[in-house]
Amino acid sequence: MTDVHVVGVGMTRFGKHPDADSTDLGAQALLEAVADAGIDPRLIEAAYCGHVFQGMVTGQRVLAQVGLAGLPLTNVENACSSGATAIREASFAVRAGEYDVVVAVGTEHLTSQFRGALTPDPSDPEAAVGATMPSVYAMRARRYMHEFGMTREQLALIPVKNKNNAALNPLAHFRTRITVEDVLESRPVADPLRLHDCSPVTDGAAAVILMSDKAKKRFCDTRAVRLAASTLRSGSVDVEPTSMTFEPLTRLTAQDAYERAGIGPEDVDFCEVHDCFSIAEVLRVEGLGLFGQGEYPAAVQRGEADLGGRLPVNPSGGLLGKGHPLGGTGVAQVVELVRQLRGEAGNRQIEGAKVGLAHCRGGKAVGIEGAACTVQVLTR
Amino acid sequence: MPRPTDLPTPTPRSSSDDQVFWDGLAEDRLLLPRCTSCGSVFWHPRPFCPECSCTRIDWFAATGNGTIYSYSVTHKAPGNWGAHAPYVIAYVELDEGPRVMSNIVDADLDMLEVGLEVQAVFHAGADGGAVLRFTPSPG
Ligand SMILES: [Zn+2]
Repeated sequence: MTDVHVVGVGMTRFGKHPDADSTDLGAQALLEAVADAGIDPRLIEAAYCGHVFQGMVTGQRVLAQVGLAGLPLTNVENACSSGATAIREASFAVRAGEYDVVVAVGTEHLTSQFRGALTPDPSDPEAAVGATMPSVYAMRARRYMHEFGMTREQLALIPVKNKNNAALNPLAHFRTRITVEDVLESRPVADPLRLHDCSPVTDGAAAVILMSDKAKKRFCDTRAVRLAASTLRSGSVDVEPTSMTFEPLTRLTAQDAYERAGIGPEDVDFCEVHDCFSIAEVLRVEGLGLFGQGEYPAAVQRGEADLGGRLPVNPSGGLLGKGHPLGGTGVAQVVELVRQLRGEAGNRQIEGAKVGLAHCRGGKAVGIEGAACTVQVLTR
Repeated sequence: MPRPTDLPTPTPRSSSDDQVFWDGLAEDRLLLPRCTSCGSVFWHPRPFCPECSCTRIDWFAATGNGTIYSYSVTHKAPGNWGAHAPYVIAYVELDEGPRVMSNIVDADLDMLEVGLEVQAVFHAGADGGAVLRFTPSPG
């Protein structure tokens, strides 16, 4: 069976795009990925498009706009893991030997769909009590503070780190450095979370081109990065009382990825994780086994997750700093991994990085722990 | 500090799985599902036991007593909830075991803490249904 390689990446600026739609953004990212790979776009044999709220046949619209109509195209919706799931499906097509060159695009024009917090589906019992996504994560934050003694100031160090990384990323939604005081003085959203603890409503798209061993050797040998694992799980049956401070779904999906890639968490040099809220980064890196349970806030305080630290977390700025265009998010994480592993990340470059990990999780359905979780491992 | 009381009480969208629960609330009773095989009490209602998959479930009247497992004072919310902010969302750990997501009402916001003892109250809606909420236990 062939390995799968990422040979080209592209990404729009993340932020507000009042003059574009998800088709424009997806097309721009796709063209950039093609140019980055240095290939004739007519080599692409199949396409996968991740998005959540962009409507029917969004992927076909993107491909038509760049003149690639006629390809087999699969639209993928998996909440915040839509883009990552599109990459996984694309990689299967290559691994199975069906195609040698495929593209995965993730796109979302969210500012035209939402203002403020996402809310539960009206059929969820949570909707009857006025729950919002921030209030659910706020309860997890408070419980974590109760169980592990994390302080509000320690939690503030996460948006500070990620937004300061974003200030180094020309494609990030936020480009301004912030301080702990800025976080603590920002508007309360759902106590103890404040505005700087929450990812923004963002428009954006990203694209990656995947190749088989054979195609890579022929067209793009030098800058390729290997997709060593791309795993997906949905939550198992929720047995109350479930833990609010540990994520079995993240742990299981990561274990699948480590096994597939033949590595352990100790081999990961840096990661992009789903920091939809500040507390989410804590729960994710501990769920991934990269830090011990209850230990991440102190590690952040010691600088271990900084760009120059032992294990940089969200060097791109993460969802908090770079932004969170749902379908675009998982693909953009892989774009960052590839740029870091190629040594093309500019002034946020992590020296000597060989193994990068990306994690997404999203969605909620009654009766299961979480809807969709993905982990991807890329190696150089 | 404000003492939120009159929160929106939307019409519950019930299903065959949880009709007994909603019917109970309308009569000021908190009914919980319990597995007849392994005895586990679970939330939310569903037609099988999440512990052992048994499909024989019965219902019993819970005490309505519990403690705050975690909570958040929510300042920003969409729709008709926005006008009632700040209001309190909480996970309440019932004495019978399960944790339910609900609101804490008639409480000073600065007396809230993890572990605070609370008891069920039943807020009637316009259509004869009711929503389960909690308030600090007296004493
Ligand atoms: Zn049972």
